[in-house]
Amino acid sequence: MLEHFNKAFESKARLGIMSVLMVNESLSFNSLKELLNLTDGNLATHLRALEEQGYLIVQKQFVGRKPNTTYAATPEGKQAFTNHLNALEAFIRTGQY
Amino acid sequence: MNSSNQPLETLNEIRDLMQRSSKFLSLSGLSGISAGIVALIGATVAYLRLKTDTLYDEESAQLAGFTRRQMMEFVLLDGAIVLVLAIGFGIFFTVRKAKKAGQPIWNSTSKRVVISLLIPLVTGGIFCLAMFYRGILWVSFPATLIFYGLALLNASKYTVRDLEYLGISEVVLGLFSLFLTGYNLLIWAFGFGVLHIIYGAVMYFKYDRTSSHPQA
Repeated sequence: MLEHFNKAFESKARLGIMSVLMVNESLSFNSLKELLNLTDGNLATHLRALEEQGYLIVQKQFVGRKPNTTYAATPEGKQAFTNHLNALEAFIRTGQY
Repeated sequence: MNSSNQPLETLNEIRDLMQRSSKFLSLSGLSGISAGIVALIGATVAYLRLKTDTLYDEESAQLAGFTRRQMMEFVLLDGAIVLVLAIGFGIFFTVRKAKKAGQPIWNSTSKRVVISLLIPLVTGGIFCLAMFYRGILWVSFPATLIFYGLALLNASKYTVRDLEYLGISEVVLGLFSLFLTGYNLLIWAFGFGVLHIIYGAVMYFKYDRTSSHPQA
């Protein structure tokens, strides 16, 4: 049963990042920070890990002179997250804690 | 604490995050109640001044002792004051609720709510001004209800569901009002006054009180 849990989503922060990117087309670094209550360094580490997995894409733009980085979930990321949720659900159904 | 050891708790956290990140939930019921009271006062002032609910022709203006121009200026001024006060109180109570809950006020979700409200509202506003310009005074009453209802319906996707039902109610009232031309002011007062107070009270008891007393 446990083998269906995705290692990439083991941390709460990463689960949180994927959750909010499932329902928002894309979010900026600052919105993510605000929603998830994480420090800059912590959030950046988790974002990089998810990006390396191919679960999210990063877009760097300039708004005027300010750099603005936004993050969006990739189709692979959404699929992986859905699978993870299904595994969680199955785990609850069987009542094994 | 490894989150995968507590799947139920994890699922609840995910659901909460999804809601919080896609919907603006700080909308206060008091905003609705105050807007309703302002609208009722505005409608009462208009009725006392004009002494008629028949606003669609020259004759009714003369009966009330006004020229048509005076009547239009009065209705425009009254409407503008109601609009400014209602929006002012609305913003005040919502900002207060967000601050109390420690939630950000100007973020991506509140921006989406404001933009989706403004597009139908500005369209309706320009439409009503055009009708005034053409001298068709009475159409503004049903039109403000209809466009406001559509604005609420549009914004309800990004905030509490209750706004959807209020929006539909306003649109239906506005459409009725198009045919009941002798009761424009009365229906307008019901839509902007009574309905706001009812929905505001429902939202207040449903969300505001529970959020300030999470244990209750």
